[in-house]
Amino acid sequence: MRLKRRGAASVALLAVVCLALAGCGGDKKATTAGGASKVEVFSWWTGGGEGKGLEAMIADFKKKNSQIEFVNAAVAGGSGTNAKAVLASRLQANQPPDSFQGHAGAELLDYIKAGQLESVNFLYDEQKLRDVFPQQLVDQITFEGQIYSVPVNIHRSNILWYSPAVLKEAGISKPPATIEEFIADLKTVKDKTNKIPISLGAQWTADHLLESVLLGRLGLDAYNALWKSGADWSSPKVTQALQDFATILSYANAEAASTDWQLAAKNVVDGKAAFNVMGDWAAGYFKELGKTPKTDFDWAAAPGTDGVYMWLSDSFTLPKNAPHRDAAVAWLKEAASKEGQDLFNPQKGSIPARTDADTSLYKDYLAWALEQWRNSKLAGSMWHGVTANNAWHTDIDTAVGLFLKNKNTANFQKALVDAATKGISAS
Amino acid sequence: MVEEGRRVRRARTWLPGLILLSPSIVAIGVFVYGLIGWNVKVALSSWHTVISPQRFVGLENLTGLWGEERWNGAVQHAVLFTAVFVGGAMLLGWILALLLDKGLRGEGGFRAVYLFPMAVSFIATGIVWRWLMNPAPGERASGLNLLFDHVGLGFLSNDWWQNPTWGMGAMAIPAIWQMSGYVMALVLAGLRGVPEELREAARVDGASEWQVYRKVVIPQLRPVTLAALIILGHISLKVFDLIVAVSGKQIITDVPAVYMWQMVFDAHDFAKGAAIATYMLLAVAVFIVPYLVYSVRTERRS
Repeated sequence: MRLKRRGAASVALLAVVCLALAGCGGDKKATTAGGASKVEVFSWWTGGGEGKGLEAMIADFKKKNSQIEFVNAAVAGGSGTNAKAVLASRLQANQPPDSFQGHAGAELLDYIKAGQLESVNFLYDEQKLRDVFPQQLVDQITFEGQIYSVPVNIHRSNILWYSPAVLKEAGISKPPATIEEFIADLKTVKDKTNKIPISLGAQWTADHLLESVLLGRLGLDAYNALWKSGADWSSPKVTQALQDFATILSYANAEAASTDWQLAAKNVVDGKAAFNVMGDWAAGYFKELGKTPKTDFDWAAAPGTDGVYMWLSDSFTLPKNAPHRDAAVAWLKEAASKEGQDLFNPQKGSIPARTDADTSLYKDYLAWALEQWRNSKLAGSMWHGVTANNAWHTDIDTAVGLFLKNKNTANFQKALVDAATKGISAS
Repeated sequence: MVEEGRRVRRARTWLPGLILLSPSIVAIGVFVYGLIGWNVKVALSSWHTVISPQRFVGLENLTGLWGEERWNGAVQHAVLFTAVFVGGAMLLGWILALLLDKGLRGEGGFRAVYLFPMAVSFIATGIVWRWLMNPAPGERASGLNLLFDHVGLGFLSNDWWQNPTWGMGAMAIPAIWQMSGYVMALVLAGLRGVPEELREAARVDGASEWQVYRKVVIPQLRPVTLAALIILGHISLKVFDLIVAVSGKQIITDVPAVYMWQMVFDAHDFAKGAAIATYMLLAVAVFIVPYLVYSVRTERRS
């Protein structure tokens, strides 16, 4: 009996020793391999144009850093839902990849506050990135003096896509420039045609529309102030914007909740709807569908937002305790470089964050976007991770969802005020 | 010496069994009950962001939920869904079983057809029914509404799960489609388990066919019915995959499981997510525990 117990004890001890060794082994790897042998980059770019863009950037990286082995740790799944869950568990286990993708801005705050990211200010100084990125962009991704990511591309959120054919049928000569004109046009389309005035998708596309309506009604400065301390979400201007939002929604398709963003946008190029507000990834989708810009579809800044670029950006980070920090820094240099960004963006269907990009590479919509990027004021997208941290973002989504259900504007505004109070105190 | 020997012999009867079972006992202890305990601990803490301290705050998170419009809506949705789904699947399952019990020709084939949907995952069911239940009007109509239009039943067209009041009832239709065959199989097995002699005896006593079922067969099927109710009930209260496949993360079809997922993975509010998980566990326990008590009691009696 005693022998048996001793046997069990030694088995248990052996197990503990093994575990400890495994743990130490991991640590040792992390500390001794801090050089530039290998780099593991985590993203959710696995297919389509973005997958190709990433591959092109990797090829260029390998050419410049032949001694570094590149490990592409991309996790499939739209807008990174799966990838973020995998990433969260790796960070929790203190086994970060060497660099991971994230939306630039407040979406990274949870990582920053948990001490999981290293500031990359040194890289901005060394590579003189402040000179090539717009000043406002750098300001909007700086937290307490520190920058935590390198934006590789820029998308625009406040785009109004429209069908020239449907507008002609309704007798509308040009896209609406203000919210009032927009509402009048929606009414005209409803009265004069049997098309959908504004094509909308599931709940998140209403979140997406909301930020453009807020920007269009409040203007640049008041919109940007909504996300900082002292924000006033209870102002009459916000009330007005929310009432406009309600009016616009009343012209939407009845089946919106059953529609994904692709189908909602496709309604425009198929001539079934007059308008759709969606980010400029829709241009890439229309290209895939084989549609011709300016004839099958056309675009303008969302009503009331001309001259303002509501941006969002995919960026790469430098996790603390990255196993191969030097190689990770080399990767960030690639992501920040003119060549890297010009290889990636034409494939992905976005524009480079750098203002010195090679304009000849960008055609049709992208040529227009690049020109606008250089000459617009910047506002950060709420829904796509720039201005609101994760909890605030979810609270706004909940408020919008409840509003879609009960159409109560007063409750909606109150929920947004509460969300802002909570969100600002947490950021 | 004699005492010692008896003890050893007694140990010989239970010890090997215990040793064989111990890995799974330990695993269940840690991974099921340990994690349930940990979840409850998180639900009672102030762990609302990645960095907030995990102080004990009592029942604050659990009571706070009831002041929220979203939580109350999610609970109402879950109750409506459960009522329609469990009621519908039980009713349909019973009807199918009674029909098949009549000695239909090709019964085996029908049984297989009705059981097949169970082999499909809720995700696949959801994707198909998302399309079938599309409420688009006019020329954009598709799925069931289009079918109704074509066969002259246009008045049946409706907005399905997008209806703000009764939508979750429509959401239960795919679930009924999927699970009624399972109820049928359970009930049919129960019906076949009633000895023919009992029915004959009732008939000899002058009972009509309806009375044979009402007074003799159905009372024998109470345990089967109860088992089916419990299985459907607990599936229904924690439904997640079907909702996500049909609608995604939208308030109009919000249920506790979807709310929990969003709190943990989107908002990183771990305490609130754990509080919702605790309520879901309690809701399922309300179904399961009485059943366990009941089955233990009947086992003891027999």
